Amino acid sequence: MQIAVLALQGDFEEHEAVFRKLNIPTCQLRQKKDLDQNFDGLILPGGESTVQGKLLRELDMFDTIRPRIQEGLPVMATCAGSILLAQQLLDDPTVHFGTMGISVRRNAYGRQLSSFHVKSSFAGIKDVAMSFIRAPQIEFCVPGVEVLAEHEGRITAVRQGNQLAMTFHPELGDETRIAEYFLNML
Amino acid sequence: MRNEQYELNCDLARMLKGGVIMDVTTPEQAKIAEDAGACAVMALERIPADIRAAGGVSRMSDPGMIKGIQEAVSIPVMAKCRIGHIAEARILEAIEIDYIDESEVLSPADDIYHVDKRAFKVPFVCGARDLGEALRRINEGAAMIRTKGEPGTGDVVQAVRHMRKMNQEIRRVTNMAEDELYEAAKQLQVPFDLLQYVHQNGKLPVVNFAAGGVATPADAALMMLLGAEGVFVGSGIFKSGDPAKRAAAIVKAVTNYQDYKMLADLSCGLGEAMVGINPAEIKLIMEERGI
Repeated sequence: MQIAVLALQGDFEEHEAVFRKLNIPTCQLRQKKDLDQNFDGLILPGGESTVQGKLLRELDMFDTIRPRIQEGLPVMATCAGSILLAQQLLDDPTVHFGTMGISVRRNAYGRQLSSFHVKSSFAGIKDVAMSFIRAPQIEFCVPGVEVLAEHEGRITAVRQGNQLAMTFHPELGDETRIAEYFLNML
Repeated sequence: MRNEQYELNCDLARMLKGGVIMDVTTPEQAKIAEDAGACAVMALERIPADIRAAGGVSRMSDPGMIKGIQEAVSIPVMAKCRIGHIAEARILEAIEIDYIDESEVLSPADDIYHVDKRAFKVPFVCGARDLGEALRRINEGAAMIRTKGEPGTGDVVQAVRHMRKMNQEIRRVTNMAEDELYEAAKQLQVPFDLLQYVHQNGKLPVVNFAAGGVATPADAALMMLLGAEGVFVGSGIFKSGDPAKRAAAIVKAVTNYQDYKMLADLSCGLGEAMVGINPAEIKLIMEERGI
């Protein structure tokens, strides 16, 4: 088994470190030829969605990854990654992969001074350390999207079949249970 | 290491990794930078090359101008305060800047003390030429480090020197016996616990970018090959012939810094690079500010 991590920009190394703790090999996707590797799941890491979205297109990776997600490749997206998956961005006409039935607002909580940290539940897993860094918000979901976590009435994690998206970063601390949840989706 | 806000501030720097932070002086430039793939912009009235040319005292930029840039882009916006200028830092915090650069590019306001960055909620990035400077700034509360390089020159030699020195010292500390760390902390003039972190982890406790003199995609790739986690580009973009194209090429060069064929393609037809001046030609050595 191997997990691929989109390594264009952002905290992809932190995601790789989580899987290393679980003894799961990872590979980095930095350009089109990296997509020829065999991998069973894909991580869309935190970072700047504008940068990642632009590089996905300009490095000619977009049209290979999108159909694979549609065909069922398991994908886990954190923060910027959830913006890449959303079928609609509020206040922004851009759509990236658009494979997930969620509407997302970028920087919904405000600038860095509004970033925060909580311990909360995720799909029955208790006390998950969640860092929200200039985080987006999932404001609407289409029927069929399962809500896995909420914080103060705001949706923070969702699943739709093979796609898992969250607006926080589970990869920044010692937490491995979210990654294990994802591995169970494979 | 310390409080929750500090952790969140270090985490924002992690989100910038593998990216390029660009100096911009107007909302229009900020938009060009964002469209070219900048992961953040540094808002300032004059880029370092022009500060150098103008001489005199250079200060924090007009907060109104910074706000204009905040409104123009969706990516994080940084701004510079003078070394030790507590009030400028508080003003930048008040306008909810995403990161403050306590920068040697501006004229220092205090020739002894840096800002007590632990007293702030907003994150700080600081320049460093070696491990000692980096750990002293981190001890004061910096959540991100960049090499100083020599800003506004278009000459990458000092950034290379600083990155090499930092990494040499990190390797040296990593290989020390545990009981040698006390003397090393004394010599480097840094707190023991931070040095112990470096000894155990083989890296700084915060993200480390390259800055100062990066002017081409090859310069950016060079800094990544030397271990930078991302790159600041100051004067190099908007002092060049085709800023949008050069900026986009530098972004791609940072992501694929080990694909030399791609670097060759990215380096084609970028128009004129900033002219640059070498260290022998300059009177003002900014890297010596705030050590």
